[in-house]
Formats: sequence, structure tokens, C-alpha cells
Amino acid sequence: MIRRFAPPVLVLLAATGLWYAASLLLLSEEERFLMPLPHDVLAIGFGDPDNLAELLTALALSAQVAMSGLVIAFVVGVGLAVAMSQAKWVERSLYPYAVLLQTIPVLALVPLFGFWFGFGFGSRVLVCVLIALFPLIANTLFGLRSVNSAQLDLFALHGAGRWTRLWKLQFPAALPAIFTGLRISAGLSVIGAVVGDFFFKQGEPGIGILIDLYRSRLQSEQMFAAVLLASALGIAVFWFFGFLARRVVGSWHESVRDPAAVS
Amino acid sequence: MTMLGFTGVGKRFADGTTALADIDFDVAPGEFVSVVGPSGCGKTSLLRIAAGLSTASEGTVRRETDRVGYVFQDPTLLPWRTVQSNVELLAELRHLSKRERRERADEAIELVGLSDFAGHRPGQLSGGMRMRVSLARSLTVDPELFLFDEPFGALDEITRQRLGDELLRLFRLRGFAGLMVTHSVTEAVYLSTRVLVLSDRPGRVIGDFAVPFGHPRSPELRFEDDFTHLAGKISACLRGGAG
Repeated sequence: MIRRFAPPVLVLLAATGLWYAASLLLLSEEERFLMPLPHDVLAIGFGDPDNLAELLTALALSAQVAMSGLVIAFVVGVGLAVAMSQAKWVERSLYPYAVLLQTIPVLALVPLFGFWFGFGFGSRVLVCVLIALFPLIANTLFGLRSVNSAQLDLFALHGAGRWTRLWKLQFPAALPAIFTGLRISAGLSVIGAVVGDFFFKQGEPGIGILIDLYRSRLQSEQMFAAVLLASALGIAVFWFFGFLARRVVGSWHESVRDPAAVS
Repeated sequence: MTMLGFTGVGKRFADGTTALADIDFDVAPGEFVSVVGPSGCGKTSLLRIAAGLSTASEGTVRRETDRVGYVFQDPTLLPWRTVQSNVELLAELRHLSKRERRERADEAIELVGLSDFAGHRPGQLSGGMRMRVSLARSLTVDPELFLFDEPFGALDEITRQRLGDELLRLFRLRGFAGLMVTHSVTEAVYLSTRVLVLSDRPGRVIGDFAVPFGHPRSPELRFEDDFTHLAGKISACLRGGAG
């Protein structure tokens, strides 16, 4: 336990120390807003009930946007990957555009969505979907393809049809890769929710809007608190999907299995 | 009566390579036929054609039964399923009732001596045990024709011999017709009632040896003069064909 947790905790302490050092030694009293002291961030950002309520409301909205985007990206991404795995022509027609989605700067399109769909919840979710879609398609497709030819032969030999093969062989085999995709996309979706806010300044404020607002008002303790919260959300979803993967496929898949369980 | 018959069978692939040419042989019920040959001579193609996984480009293949067991070189177990559930797979694909699946799997698992491991996942088993699970899985279809594609190739010598004895026992007990592809002449002679030798690509049958030893066979048989003499003859034929 100590071996596992001591090193990262030490790093955290060292980083906090550096923060204090930078704040106290490099910055004068007037410049300190550039890097407020950690305990001030905690006291003002989280300690003040009004501030905390504002931050948590914004965080909840951003989390809602990110998770809605992730769910839609998951359904669409897995659906597209399954379709591509079942027919070569579907893959040949669609995969280049999936790659395109990854190569074009989706964020550059964000103002367009505002144009077309308004600046509300829907547009924000759409940003998350587009940014989170590709890793889900790519990982799911890779997973569905990971079954070996002898396993396919075995199913063919005993009269299994396309759907049986998909459901009993390809889909379970793809689960570890799907979880990898989910982990990546969950983080991206949080990024999408925060960055979407920077463009959509109307409507109820998400955590991104608050960050921008605090920045413009030079309320740096609040801003740092908001940045920490947004980061915590990203870490939380990453951890959650790692936890879920261990629960679902950990008993049989090496990449997520506890090494002690292997005999 | 034959369980499997090849008449003038040839196999050409789309890229123009010819894997097999003029293959003629029958496998009768109660026979266990091994096919030995140099690498790349089309042995696996021959098994795939026998199983119906691939079609012959020439000639005809007759198979008298749909109850075909196929043991692959790799155990091809599904790592997310337990041993029990892996062994039930084929009955499941064939839409048998839950009770029937369970009964067949229980019996097959017991036959290969893995009852204590029914709840384990493949990742927790040794290579030899995984191969036993693979055998048990095929046994659940109660095969009349059992095909083996270098089933023990990836195992160490001791495990290999143990599984060979296991296979002989199952052959006597269940009375299926067997067709096995292997690299090992000793293994072929020890397990079979007949050994076919294939030439280099394209594979043709260049030797057909009856194995006169009765059953049950014991490991000491490998060291008897008649055995080593026959194995030597087959090896010589194999070398001649391989050039």
C-alpha cells in the first residue's frame, strides 16, 4: 500500500512545494494573482459557499454535456464499427471519413455548430460527440477484428450465422479494446465540454464559461479552483472507465487483470 | 462403408499456387489415419476441405456425417468463458437445450479429467490442459469423424505423449474415425491405424502405410523393433518425397 501510494504522493507534495516557491519567491504581492497560493485557492475557491455552489453547478452542467456526448459517441461509434466489420464496402465507404474526423480540427467547426444549432445544450453535446467519436470507432473495429481465423473457422464449422458470430465471438473479444476507446473518449469528451463553453458563452454556464469569466475578472483564486475541478472531472471519468473495465473483463483479459491472479 | 472419401482432389488458390493434387484416399469407420508431409505441402488445406471449411478445386469429397469434430493447432478457447462454458459452446451453436448442453459438457469434461477445473478460465490453465478442453469441446458433438490439425504441436514432449495416450483412449472408447495431420512420424505411427505420406507442394500421396499394432497401445510400443522399423520406413519415404 505504502509502496504504491507513496511515490505519487511525494510528487504531489513536491509540485505543491514548487507552486509555493514560484508564488512566493518569483512573484511580488501585486503579481501574485498570476499564481495564487494553493491555500488561498482552496479557501476562496472552495471555502466560500457561494463560490462553491457556483462552481459545482457549472461542473454538473459540464459533466452532463460530456457524458451525453460520450453516450451518443459510444452508440454511434460502436454501431458504425459493427457495420464496418460486417461488410467491407461499408468500411471502405465510411472509414476514410472517420479518419478525416480525426485529422480536421473539430474545434474550428464549433462556431459553425453555433450558427446552425444555436448555443445551447445540443451544440455543446455535438462538439463532444465529434471529438470523442473516432477513438470509439477505431478501437471497436480493431477489437472486432482481433478474433483469429481458427476461431472463425470453429464458428463456421458448427453452423453459426453472422449474428451469432458477432454476439458470441467478435463482440466479447472486442470488449477490452472498446473499454480502451471509452477511456480515451471520456477524457476527450470532457475536453470538448470545457472548450465548447469557450465558444458558447450564452446559456447556463458550464465550467469552461466560469474559467473564462474568472479570467476576465482577474479572480484568479476562483479560476484556479475551476481549473482544478475541470481536471478532477477528467481524472474521475478516466478512473471510472478503468474501474469498469477491470470489473467487466478483468477476470480474463491480461491488460487489465491483476497480475497476482495469473497462475 | 467410408466416413470420408477423397477422389482426385486438387486445391488451387486464387494466387495460382497449387496446394494439393490428385489426392485419393478413404477413411473408414474405426480407422485413424495420419497424414505426414513436409511443411507447406497442403496438409492443413486437406483437413479444411475434409471439414467443409474450404472447397476442392478438383475432384470430389464425400463425407458421410455432419458430426465432425475439429481440433485446431491452437486450442481456440474463448478466454472470457469458463472451461464449462467453453465446452458447452458447440452444443450452444447447434441450439441444443440447456440441459442437454450441460450433460454433454459435464461428460466430456470428466472424460478428459478436468472436472475440478470446470469453473476456471483458459488463462488459468496450462497449455496441455487447454488442449484437453479443446478436445472435450469437440467431444460434445459426439463426432463420427474427428479431424486434428497438428493438435499437440505447440506442447512439450511429455505433455504431448500424455495427450497422445489420452487420444488413444478416447478413440477406443468413442470409436470415431480419425484424420490427423502431424509433423511427427513417431506420433503418427503411435496413434494411427494408417499413415499417409504427402510429397512437397503440391501435395500428392506418395506413401500409404498400414500400422499393424493392435489396441490398447502403451508408451513402450515406441521402443519396439517393429515400431521403429515402420517409423524408419515412413521417414525414408518422407525424405524421398521432400527431395
